[in-house]
Amino acid sequence: MLEAVGLECVRGQRRLFHRLSFELPPGHALWVLGPNGSGKTSLLRMLCGLLRPEAGRISWKGEDVRGSADSFHADLLYLGHAPAVKEDLCALENVRFGLAQVGIDVTPHEARAALSEFGLAGREELLTRSLSLGQRRRVGLARLTVGAAKALWILDEPFTALDAQAVELVQSHLTRHVRRGGSVVFASHHEVGFAELPLQRLQLAQ
Amino acid sequence: MRPLSLARVCAAVVGRDLTLALRRRSDVLTTFFFFVIVVGLFPLGVSPEPSTLRVIAPGVVWVAALLASMLALVRLFASDFDDGTLEQLALSPQPLVLLIAAKVLAHWLVTGLPLVLIAPLLGLQFDLPAGALGVMLLALLLGTPCLSLIGAIGAALTLGVRGAGGLLAVLVLPLCVPILIFGAAAVSASANGMAAGGHLSMLGGLLLIAVVLGPLAAAAAVRIALE
Amino acid sequence: MSLNIWRYASPQAFYPLAGRLVPWFFALAAGLAATGLYVGFFVAPTDFQQGESYRIIFIHVPAAWMSMFVYVVMAFWCAVGMVLNTRLSFMMALALAPTGAMFTFVALWTGALWGKPTWGAWWVWDARLTSELILLFLYIGFMSLHAAIDDVRRADRAAAVLALVGVINVPIIYFSVQWWNTLHQGASVSMTRAPSMAAAMLSAMLIMSLAAWMYAIGASLYRVCNIILERESDADWVRERRTEGA
Repeated sequence: MLEAVGLECVRGQRRLFHRLSFELPPGHALWVLGPNGSGKTSLLRMLCGLLRPEAGRISWKGEDVRGSADSFHADLLYLGHAPAVKEDLCALENVRFGLAQVGIDVTPHEARAALSEFGLAGREELLTRSLSLGQRRRVGLARLTVGAAKALWILDEPFTALDAQAVELVQSHLTRHVRRGGSVVFASHHEVGFAELPLQRLQLAQ
Repeated sequence: MRPLSLARVCAAVVGRDLTLALRRRSDVLTTFFFFVIVVGLFPLGVSPEPSTLRVIAPGVVWVAALLASMLALVRLFASDFDDGTLEQLALSPQPLVLLIAAKVLAHWLVTGLPLVLIAPLLGLQFDLPAGALGVMLLALLLGTPCLSLIGAIGAALTLGVRGAGGLLAVLVLPLCVPILIFGAAAVSASANGMAAGGHLSMLGGLLLIAVVLGPLAAAAAVRIALE
Repeated sequence: MSLNIWRYASPQAFYPLAGRLVPWFFALAAGLAATGLYVGFFVAPTDFQQGESYRIIFIHVPAAWMSMFVYVVMAFWCAVGMVLNTRLSFMMALALAPTGAMFTFVALWTGALWGKPTWGAWWVWDARLTSELILLFLYIGFMSLHAAIDDVRRADRAAAVLALVGVINVPIIYFSVQWWNTLHQGASVSMTRAPSMAAAMLSAMLIMSLAAWMYAIGASLYRVCNIILERESDADWVRERRTEGA
């Protein structure tokens, strides 16, 4: 259960939001909406514990997110704006390392399966530098395939630069994760249809 | 999908950074050649007389090592910061302090260790006796990791800042003065036939302090940079 | 009526208090400095080794002491800010830095003025002067780092980390420079070789140190007022002051 109480965010000299609260029980998803600059990324980073809120408290399973960081991080999978892939590593290495650093061991076979699910079969050994932007994002997203071990997914604009097929793939992963009891928080411009998904919407005003 | 132990995650970090360094060999070699060139400038700028060279050699090699380290340190966190992988490291269930220590180790292996190995050869150019060359090797072996550890703090503090390279040097060089003093003194003492053991133990002590203080402060600085 | 000191942790409450205190501290500083200089230049006896030129220590030594003291206080406020996450602590640290740097600069410059008649050189690499030089670099580093980072909150915290790392390093640096100096038997800009110092000399130094301390408090309170106004410029109370004044 992810709970936020009285969150306040100040960036530069502007207060983006204050007194923001919500509760996200397991098996539910939260969709953060708002125009550019309304603080969606800041909110998501706060939930990860990367950004310190000006006021308020965030707790995961009853414990403060900033206090018990290591156990919180064990449950967290975060995909930010940047695909978080190294240009000088090949796609296979990126997937394996990306998961190793958040504590999950992935065999080459599992990594190849994840990459091929995201349409990158045959490109696993290519340096990420030679992949297109959409392909790089898909290398980053391949982590979702093996992310079942992580109860909480926080995704910042996961559908950006993806074609319709990839968007559907990501949606199905999110749905599957929520169905097996995980929690998902995501920010997205795209109007994505989530049929039969317990979905909360959180609108950030300008 | 199985959880990974701390040792294996750290090993993965070191392995990744070494792989990246090998694929971007030009970065690594630049630091190395910078060191060699700077050392070579002093006989040209000062005097090629062996008696003068013997006196200035320890200081010259150490100052060049300091400057080369400053040059290399800018790249310690910068590329990870830019492509979002540093964030992921900060979100690891493993303590960030240890992951950063792993990164610094990999960085030193690629930028510091080559300096340690080539320095005695350069010392020959300065007509230092063999014993002093051995002490130089040992002193740099103790001192360069120190420079990397303290420098990591500066590298983390200046992430994403304009003119990071120059600012990093301004911040870190004053903190490295003790390493310079004892490191150069060790080589000088040995070149003059005196025991260098005391100076080397001071360097060892400084290294211990740096091992504890460096990653701790660098981790705090990384978190501040990621906010 | 209980004195709630914590209310002064808010910039809005602290601003008027600081404003009222500044003139008092400057007045104290001026008075003490006048007394100290009088004692130092007219009452203290002539040193049989160095003649009249030694009198510069009545400025040099207090400046050196204050430069180190201010750094420690600055690091203290940085630590308070990091632990308690109070905005005012960081502002106080930032306000102290230029004053500390100034004292360091004065210590260096007066050290040079002393060195010239005594040793014939404008600069001697003695332990204290070299340490002061490195301390100056630490202050400059703190201020440069703060200035280089655009986001004020991040700048505060980054500079705080630097100050804390610095304060741990300062004893190490001082010790190693001392040791380096003895190794090379360099010159020493020092008065206190003789076991006893004339009472008048000692009291002059103490009075001047107090004067420097009062000045440091006054100057940093004055500076922190400006920093508060700058940072809280969006707050209602600042806007009201501006319209009132106009």
